[in-house]
Amino acid sequence: MSTLGFCDLSIAYDGVYAVNSFNDILHSGEWLCLIGPNGAGKSSVLRAAAGLVDYSGSVAIDQQEIPTTSAKWRAQNIAYVPQTPLMPSDMTVYEYVLLGRNPYIKHFASESAHDKLVIEKVLTRLDLTEFKKRMVGTLSGGERQRIVIARALAQEAPVLLLDEPTAALDIGHQQQALELVDDLRREQGLTVVSAMHDLTLAGLYADRLVLMHQGSCVASGDAQTVLRSETLAEFYGVSARVHHEADGTVVVIPQRANSN
Amino acid sequence: MLRANDNFAPRAGTRVAYLSLVGFALLTVAVLVGTMIGPAGPQWWRVPIELVNRLPLISAESGVSPQEWNIVWQIRMPRVVLAVLVGAMLSVAGASYQGVFRNPLVDPYLLGVAAGAGLGATLVFTLRRSATENWLIDPLPLAAFAGGLVAVFATYMIGNTFSKARSSATLVLAGIAVTSLTTAVQTFVLQRNNDVVRQVYSWILGRLSSATWGDVRLILPYVVFSCIVLLMHRRLLDVLRVGDDEATALGVNIRRVRLTVVLAATLGTAAAVAVSGLIGFVGIIVPHTVRLLVGSSYRRVLPLSILCGAIFLVLADIPSRVLADPAETPIGVVTAFFGAPFFLLLLRVRKNQA
Repeated sequence: MSTLGFCDLSIAYDGVYAVNSFNDILHSGEWLCLIGPNGAGKSSVLRAAAGLVDYSGSVAIDQQEIPTTSAKWRAQNIAYVPQTPLMPSDMTVYEYVLLGRNPYIKHFASESAHDKLVIEKVLTRLDLTEFKKRMVGTLSGGERQRIVIARALAQEAPVLLLDEPTAALDIGHQQQALELVDDLRREQGLTVVSAMHDLTLAGLYADRLVLMHQGSCVASGDAQTVLRSETLAEFYGVSARVHHEADGTVVVIPQRANSN
Repeated sequence: MLRANDNFAPRAGTRVAYLSLVGFALLTVAVLVGTMIGPAGPQWWRVPIELVNRLPLISAESGVSPQEWNIVWQIRMPRVVLAVLVGAMLSVAGASYQGVFRNPLVDPYLLGVAAGAGLGATLVFTLRRSATENWLIDPLPLAAFAGGLVAVFATYMIGNTFSKARSSATLVLAGIAVTSLTTAVQTFVLQRNNDVVRQVYSWILGRLSSATWGDVRLILPYVVFSCIVLLMHRRLLDVLRVGDDEATALGVNIRRVRLTVVLAATLGTAAAVAVSGLIGFVGIIVPHTVRLLVGSSYRRVLPLSILCGAIFLVLADIPSRVLADPAETPIGVVTAFFGAPFFLLLLRVRKNQA
């Protein structure tokens, strides 16, 4: 239930701009999907919002700029799910999800009864209760994705960042994961930013797409507006057909170079 | 499979309580045995009776003469207490380093403490050890302590200068560089002073044999301080297990946590090395054995490492006294003798799990 704003966000690695003056405002409960070719700066935008890289400009929640000095404040407001989370195989699901409460625990204190209650709620919501004693290393890809999302939910942050949430999943689990995120944001009013490569899925789930190229936003709008074959050809260098289904779904189909 | 069922916090809690109780009992037994065995001194079974006799309000006839009591109290006791402190310190420091660098095979000597302390000790030996023997305070532990801290400080400065932001690899590499350099200087100095080679190596192999209450007093504050600081970070070390990026996104100030843990562990290790020389493998064997027993959450690993480290070193010190009686076998030899095969076993277990 919070807005998220990027104002003049720039990120440079060794003097080379990965993101150059990126601006956007998400309204509360909106799902924004960042698309664009590899190296366009999608992940960098998410990493900046999560406080993992130095940036200039500002990231604001409910028009309040996030101070770069308070990692805890940021973590209470922004939950981040990386593309390939590092999951200690000999940790239990319960212990793993409990890590999400860190932003609320004083430096040297331990979890309160309230923290444990939040974990129980999250585990119940995601049907993970029977998993809680399982070792993280014994879970399948789809189950892992769910416990990473559970850890993010345990942060009780109004903003959720997802970097390639479907990259390692089969088509069934891709759908499950995205449906889950969609349900959660409707229930809890989460504001979601995801970076995705699958354009059809991106168009299907997000309220709005932002196409990034060389660190800047080059197109923004719903799937019909952004996913055009000429736009894709220009920025991805791909030759693709774009289908519009009767229900408004936009489908992107790559074409073979020498087929007509 | 011990690890598979032992995971959920409440059950693990009772298990840890049970293990701690067993641990304390074992430690008491180990300390008693440690004071009972040794060349000279009273018959072994008289020692516990005399210890009871020394308690206030109780008297028991043990037949231990004042001279024999002197051997127990001034020679064996400080040695056992020192083994408790050094074993606990090296183990908890090892576990903390493993956590903070997310590398299961690093030991407390990683950042150059050992090499620095070795150089410090070497310099004292070469500058005519005999001349210092009547000094009020033995300069050897102080020089080793200073050497260890200087080396780690150098490692930290170099690591920080060359590393950007949050990488821990640079710090480890800097540690290797500082260790090589310091060892080279030490070898050079030793070559020009052949006469002290034997003394220096006997120091490097680690010994508790010359322990005095003075040594205990010297390291006690450092060990206590360091253990408290490390224990306070046990939950945060668990958060660090998901990697620097994710821990940062979960609100952990990685740099601050890493710096505090490394400094505390190093300070304690330097103090331990200063009085006992280099006792290898303790910082690796003990934390890993604890992990096999209670899983790898640092909330359990750190406190139990303190306990098990103390037990292990007190026990390892016993063969080092009696194996080559009347001579001493360096305790570093004993721990390495058990440690190296254990290390291989550990690699095998880990391989089977992967």
